[in-house]
Amino acid sequence: MSDTAVDERTKQISKFRQSLIRPELGAIVGAVLIFAFFLMIAGDSGMFSPEGINNWTTVSAQFAIIAVGACLLMIAGEFDLSVGSMIGFAGIVVALLSVHLGWPVWMAIIATFVLCMGIGALSGWLVVKTGLPSFIVTLAFLYILRGLTIWIAIITTRKTIIGGVRDVAEGDWLASLFGGVVFEGLFQWLGDVGVLATFTRGTRIGQPTVSGVPMLVIWAIVLIIFGHVLLTKTRFGNWIFAAGGDAQSALYTGVPVNRVKILMFMFTAFCATVFALCQVMEFGSAAADRGVLKEFEAIICVVIGGALLTGGYGSVIGAALGALIFGVVQQGLFFSGAESSLFRVFLGVILLFAVILNTYIRRMITGEK
Amino acid sequence: MLNEHAPIIQMKNIEKHFGAVIALAGVSLEVMPGECHCLLGDNGAGKSTFIKTMSGVHKPTKGEIHFEGKPLSFNRPRDAISAGIATVYQDLAMIPLMSVSRNFFMGNEPLKRVGGINFFDHKLANEITMAEMKKMGINLRGPDQAVGTLSGGERQTVAIARAVHFGAKVLILDEPTSALGVRQTANVLATVDRVRKKGIAVVFITHNVRHALAVGDRFTVLNRGLTLGTSQRGMITPEELQDLMAGGQELATLEGSLGGTV
Repeated sequence: MSDTAVDERTKQISKFRQSLIRPELGAIVGAVLIFAFFLMIAGDSGMFSPEGINNWTTVSAQFAIIAVGACLLMIAGEFDLSVGSMIGFAGIVVALLSVHLGWPVWMAIIATFVLCMGIGALSGWLVVKTGLPSFIVTLAFLYILRGLTIWIAIITTRKTIIGGVRDVAEGDWLASLFGGVVFEGLFQWLGDVGVLATFTRGTRIGQPTVSGVPMLVIWAIVLIIFGHVLLTKTRFGNWIFAAGGDAQSALYTGVPVNRVKILMFMFTAFCATVFALCQVMEFGSAAADRGVLKEFEAIICVVIGGALLTGGYGSVIGAALGALIFGVVQQGLFFSGAESSLFRVFLGVILLFAVILNTYIRRMITGEK
Repeated sequence: MLNEHAPIIQMKNIEKHFGAVIALAGVSLEVMPGECHCLLGDNGAGKSTFIKTMSGVHKPTKGEIHFEGKPLSFNRPRDAISAGIATVYQDLAMIPLMSVSRNFFMGNEPLKRVGGINFFDHKLANEITMAEMKKMGINLRGPDQAVGTLSGGERQTVAIARAVHFGAKVLILDEPTSALGVRQTANVLATVDRVRKKGIAVVFITHNVRHALAVGDRFTVLNRGLTLGTSQRGMITPEELQDLMAGGQELATLEGSLGGTV
C-alpha cells in the first residue's frame, strides 16, 4: 500500500479553478449575464437610475426573504408548498388582531409569529412522524391555510381585504421594523449634494426621489447573512446538510434529524411571516389572496442558486442571487417595455439554463455519476 | 494470549423475534480487546439483526449484553455510540454530497466560541481530518473534497478512521468489503489490521471466507438464527468454514458439480 505517493489518477486542479467551482457559480454567471443583458436593452430606460435600482432591489428583496427559508429547508431535504398561503394567512391574522380586535400592533405581530411558526412546526412534525413526502403534507397546508384565511376574513369582517392597518400601526415600535425606510438622513444629504435626484414640485419638494433603504431590503440582508452563517459556519449548519444528504446516515452518527427538519419548517414559516408583515405595513391593508404562487417563486430562486432539489446541497448566497435574478428579470422586462407575458418565457428559460449549469458544477464537486 | 484479557463485550443467548419470525434463536458471542472477531453467515442467517442488537438499533427479545463486565441495555444507537460501540454500515457510512471534513465530524463538530456564539471550528476539523486520513494512507486533495469523489474502499476507511478517532472500543464493520474490488478490499483489510493493533475490538461481518481468514483471529458462524460455534485462527480450514455457513450438505453437492470453485 502506497502511503504518501500522490495518486497518479487525480488531476491537479489549480487554486483558481478550485475557487471557481462552487455551488453559487451558476447563479453568479446568471446574474452577470442578466445585468449585461438589461444594461444593453434597457440601459437608458431608467432601470439603472436611483428609482429604478430602488424598484428592482425591493422586488428582489421580497423574493430573497422567502428564498432564504426555502433554501435552508430544501438543503435539510424538505419542501414547503404552503409558503404562499402562509403569507396570506399571516397578513389577515395580524390585521384582524390589530384592526378588528383592537390589540396593540406589537402584540398582534408577536401573536402572528407564534401562530405561524406553530403551524410550521405542525407541518414539520407531521412530515417527520408520518414519513410522508413534505410535498404532499405541505400541499395539504397550501389549501387548508388559504381556505382558513378567506373564511376567517369573511366571518369576522364580511370582506377579504382588511384595511386600516397603517393607522393603527402608526408609532408602534415593532411595526416600524416592518415598514418604512432607514438611512433617510443619508439619502437626504445625497439629494442635497446632488448625487440623488430631488423632487422639484409638489409637497415633497427638495426631498430625494428615493427616500431611503426600505426595511424590506434590510430584512432580506439580515436573513441572508444569518442563513449563510448558520449553514456554513455552525454545528447546526452541518446538521442541516447531513439531514438532507442522508437522513439515515445522519441519525446513525447522532444528528437529531427530526429536530433539525422541524426547526427548518418553523424558520420557513418565520420568513413567510416577515414577508407578509412587510407587505401589510407597505400597503396598509391585508388581503386573503396575497402570496399566491410565492412558494414556487421561492423554490425557483433556490434552484437557480444551485441547491439540489433532493436536499443535502446548496447555498444561501446562491439563493439570494437567484432572488436578485428573479427580481431584475421581472422589473427589467417592465422597464424595457417588453410584453409582460414574456416574463414567464424568460423565467422558464433561465430556470432551465441555471439548473443544467448547476448540475454540471455539482457533479464536478461531488463526483456524482 | 488473548484469553488473559476479559472480553470487552459479551452477548449471551440473544434472541430476537419480529412478530412470528424468529430472527435470532439464542446467539452468544464474546469479543476481546484487540481481536478481530469475524461473524460469518449466509444471507438471512441473522448477521445483520445480531449486530443491530449490539449497536442499539434493536432491543433483544431475550438475552443479556455485558459491556466491560457490566450488564447493559441500549435504547438508541446513540447509547451504544457513547458507550464506545461504533458501527460502520456498508452503504450508510458517509454522505457523498458533503466534504470529507464535514462527514468526519458529523454529529461531533468541534466548536469555537467567537463573541459568545459557538461556531463550527473548520480550521481544527480540517487539520484533524487531513492528519487522520494521512495515517490511513488516503491522500486528499483537500479537506473540502466531497466524499462522493472517493472510492468505496476509501469511504469505508474514512468511516473507520472516524469511529476510531471518536474513541470506539468496539468497532462493528457490516460487510465492509462486499461491494469492493480487489485492491480496495486489501486496503480495508489493512485498515482493520491497523485498528486491531491499537487494542480496539473489531467485529467483522462478512460472507466471504477468504476476507475473514485474512484478518480474523476468531470466527463465529451463524446459520438460521443460531451459532454454529466459534473457532480459533489456524484451527479451521476455509472449506470447513464454507460448509458451516451453508449448513453443509447442499454446498457439498454443488461443489462437486462446480469442481470446487465456490
